[in-house]
Amino acid sequence: MDYLMGVKGPDFVMICSDSAASHSIISIKKDEDKLIPIDSNKLFGVAGEAGDRVNFSEYIIANVKLYALRNNTELSTKAVANFTRGELAKALRKAPYHCHLLLGGYDKSTGPSLYWMDYLGTLTKLNTGGTGYGSMFVLSLFDKLWHPNLTEAEGLDMMKQGIAEVKRRLVTAPSNYIIKIIDANGIRIVKNWDQDV
Amino acid sequence: AAQLFCTSANMSRRYDSRTTIFSPEGRLYQVEYAMEAISNAGAAMGVLAKDGVVLVAEKKITSKLLDTKAVGVRREKMYKLDDHIACAVAGITADANILINICRLAAQQYHLAYQDPIPVEQLVQSVCDTKQGYTQFGGQRPFGVSLLYAGWDEHYGFQLYQSDPSGNYGGWKAAAIGAGHAAANNVLKTEYKEDITLAEAIPLLVKVLSKAMDTSLSADKMEIATMTKDASGKVVHRIFDSAEMQPFIDAANAEKAATGAAAP
Repeated sequence: MDYLMGVKGPDFVMICSDSAASHSIISIKKDEDKLIPIDSNKLFGVAGEAGDRVNFSEYIIANVKLYALRNNTELSTKAVANFTRGELAKALRKAPYHCHLLLGGYDKSTGPSLYWMDYLGTLTKLNTGGTGYGSMFVLSLFDKLWHPNLTEAEGLDMMKQGIAEVKRRLVTAPSNYIIKIIDANGIRIVKNWDQDV
Repeated sequence: AAQLFCTSANMSRRYDSRTTIFSPEGRLYQVEYAMEAISNAGAAMGVLAKDGVVLVAEKKITSKLLDTKAVGVRREKMYKLDDHIACAVAGITADANILINICRLAAQQYHLAYQDPIPVEQLVQSVCDTKQGYTQFGGQRPFGVSLLYAGWDEHYGFQLYQSDPSGNYGGWKAAAIGAGHAAANNVLKTEYKEDITLAEAIPLLVKVLSKAMDTSLSADKMEIATMTKDASGKVVHRIFDSAEMQPFIDAANAEKAATGAAAP
């Protein structure tokens, strides 16, 4: 099952996901990028059913882009989070999107923010959060390690410790992961196990 | 009034009855007639100042028999659309009520989706898109209302917009609608200065209104509203009561008497 973890520092948000794409017992690819940019300073980590992941994230991203074109201004991370939550809630009692999402963004005026959403339309703003079997081992570890003045290096170290814990204790732990960071300079890849960045 | 628009007598009558068709000269007569209706209605004008927006309007319904405590009659011209946007209307009051409701709905729908206040221009655009629909399809007449929108948002600060029955809108530093709007706009063109403050804008607008109205000003014949920020940075919409308006009215009436400005 998809592993997603996110961590927020005073001037950055870091999100990690596994990069395995499998179909039952078959591994389709090990370099699937599940951290999808929404615009230059926000991204989605999307976990859940394969078709819904792509369909839903593309739908949200298209609407965010349309807003920016129509109104000559970008939506804030909070606005995108609430809009996304609204779409999940609307679909829930019709044809639910089976996705969990982490939304990380950096706004010039308000700084970094991390939001957690699930397929029911739950939305919450967090300092650390995640989904998947792996997150069961890692959430409490992050509770212990997080502090308000987290540096980027500490954030990366937290992610690495989390991945190590998943590999140690989860029977079907994915082998490869990808970690991205969003800060005042935008989005960049911090570590990609497959490419050893 | 139809005669004024004809090139040959009564030819235009053939193109009047359906709102959604062009005349041979490429005009939409129903839209123009709607604007004519508005130019007979009570004046409204606004000025965008550095530190806020002020709207001033002339009330046409001023009977002694009006129960001014009843909600429906307390406000004739000034309405709040959301916590950060207000408007003044000129034209057919019943039409205005529909549009005001549409504006309020649009503002709340945006807030429901994004948990953020609607940017002022987006609200104006959305109601103008609705107004435009009535000039193109459906066979229904356009709304006989022009609006002045005053608001604040984090993207562009204080803003003043004006929309008319065609669904067109513009952003303005100063604007006037309703009776005498052409003359009022001329005065505003000469008297408006960049970096005008609200404290300067209010007496200016009251003076312009007094020139546009036939009778002398009094508190029961006009409304003043401002859009400002309080000390904590919160956007505040205030409609002046009679006591607050009186000093501005007195000053304008005194100036009118002093300059001997009697409209011929």
